[in-house]
Amino acid sequence: MANALTITNLRKRYAAQGGQGGTEALKGVSLTVPQGDFFALLGPNGAGKTTLIGVVTGLVNKTDGKVKVFDIDIDTEPEEARTMIGVCGQEINFNPFEKPIDILVNQAGYYGIPRKIALPRAEKLLTDLGLGEKRNQTGLKLSGGMKRRLMIARALIHEPKFLILDEPTAGVDVELRRSMWEYLTTLTRAGITILLTTHYLEEAEQLAKHVAIINKGEIVANGTMDEVLALHSGAPSKDGYRGGKLEEVFVQLTSTT
Amino acid sequence: MPFDKQFVSYYTILRKGIVRIFRIWPQTLLPSLMTSVLYFAVFGSILGSRIGLIGGVPYILFVVPGLVMLSVITNAYADVATTFFTSKFFSRNIDEILVSPTPPWIIIAGFVSSGVVRGVIVGCLVLLVSLFFALPSVAHPFIVFLFLVLSSLVFALGGLINGIYAKGFDGISIVPTFVLTPLVYLGGVFYSIKSLPPMWQQVSALNPVFYIINGFRYGFLGFADVSVITCFLVLFTLALILLGINWYFLQKGLGLKQ
Repeated sequence: MANALTITNLRKRYAAQGGQGGTEALKGVSLTVPQGDFFALLGPNGAGKTTLIGVVTGLVNKTDGKVKVFDIDIDTEPEEARTMIGVCGQEINFNPFEKPIDILVNQAGYYGIPRKIALPRAEKLLTDLGLGEKRNQTGLKLSGGMKRRLMIARALIHEPKFLILDEPTAGVDVELRRSMWEYLTTLTRAGITILLTTHYLEEAEQLAKHVAIINKGEIVANGTMDEVLALHSGAPSKDGYRGGKLEEVFVQLTSTT
Repeated sequence: MPFDKQFVSYYTILRKGIVRIFRIWPQTLLPSLMTSVLYFAVFGSILGSRIGLIGGVPYILFVVPGLVMLSVITNAYADVATTFFTSKFFSRNIDEILVSPTPPWIIIAGFVSSGVVRGVIVGCLVLLVSLFFALPSVAHPFIVFLFLVLSSLVFALGGLINGIYAKGFDGISIVPTFVLTPLVYLGGVFYSIKSLPPMWQQVSALNPVFYIINGFRYGFLGFADVSVITCFLVLFTLALILLGINWYFLQKGLGLKQ
C-alpha cells in the first residue's frame, strides 16, 4: 500500500530581501505518512511546518528534494497529486464577502466538480460542521470558530484522500475544539489520511497514531506516538513546569537541538 | 485534468468574476457611464461644435469610438488587475485556486474572460449613452465587434500581469495612472494624428493604443489613420506576447509562490 505522503531530502531556502544569504527553512527533511494514518507534525514557531505543507500543496517552490502523494510525484504530475489533497491553511483565506455555500461550490468547481454535484455535497458538509444555518451569510459575519470550520469544509468538498490541517484549532474554544476532534476522527475512520500541525500537544496526543517533531528545519523525532513518548527522559523541565508527556518530549527535543 | 473538468474550472472562475461585476455595479459599471456622459457633453457637444469636421464627419462622431475604447481599455484592465490582486494580497483566497489542479492556462482564461466581459459590457453601455448625443453610423459591424473583444482581451491580459506581479496597492495604481492613461490619451482618442507634426506622428505610431482606437474607429467610420489590417496584427501580436508573459508568471509561480 502506497504511503499518503513520501518526502525525501526536502530543502527550502528563502532568498534574502537583498540577494545574498537567505534562510534555510527546510534542511533535508525526509518523512513518510502512511495511508489511513492520523499524523501529527509538531514544532515550535518558525520550525518549518507551514513551509513543508506549502511545498506539498504547491504554494511554496521547493529548492531541492522529492515529494510524492500516493506515489504521484508533485513535480511530474502536479495536477494529479493536488486532486488527492485537501488543505486547510493556518490563515483564514477565503473571500469574506462570499457566502459559505458559494465558497464551497466554487472550490469544488476548481477541482472540476459541476455545481449540481457540488451543491448537495456543500449543504451536507455545512450541516455536518454546524454551519447549515450560516450557509447564506457572508464570511464577514462568521465567528472565528465558524471560519475555521468553513475552511475544513472547503478542504473536504472535493472528497480528498489526504487532508492537511495546519493549526485548524488555533483560537478555537475548548468545546468546539473537542467537537472538531470528533469530526476529524470520523474522517480517519472513513479512510482519509490526516496530517495535522498544532501547538496544542494534548490534541496531537489524543488524535495521532504517528508523530514527527521538526525543529529549525530538521526532523528531530519521528515514529509512532508510543515511540516518541518513550523518548521522555523523565527528568523535570528546566523551568520546573511539568506538562503532559508529549509536551515534555517536545520541550526536551526543541530546546536542546 | 480532463477537458470537461477544465471547463468546469474555467466556468467557475468566469462565473465568479461576472457575479462580482454585477454585485458591485456602482463600482464596476457606473463610473464609466458617468465620465462618458461628461466627455460626450463637453468634448462632443460643447467643444465639438466649434471644432467642425474631421475626415468629413462631425467631431462628436469622430470622438465616439475613441471614448468607447477609453472605457473598454480601462475597465478590462482594472477588472482583472484588481480582482487578481485583492485575491492575492487582501484575502489570499487565490490559494483556493493555486492548491487545486486547475492548470495555469485555465486560470489565465478565467480571469481574462471576466475582464473581457466587463470591457464589452461597459463598451456597449457607453455606446448606448453616446446615442443621446449623436447617432454614430457603423460601417463595419464585425470590425467593431472584433476590436471591442480584442482590445478587452489585450488589456485584460495586461491587467493580469499587473495583478500577479504587484506587491502592494501602489503597484496596481501606478501602471494605470502613469502608463495606461498617457497611452490612451495620446493614442488618438480626441484627435487624428494627421493633425500632429511629422515627428509626433512617428512617436504616436509606437503607441499600441493608437492601433486599437484606429481599428475600432475604422469599424464605425470606414476610415482611420492607419490600415485596419495593421491594427489587427498589432493587437494580435500584443495579445500573444502578454499571454506568454502571464503563462510564464503563473507556471513559475512568480509573484504568487514563495
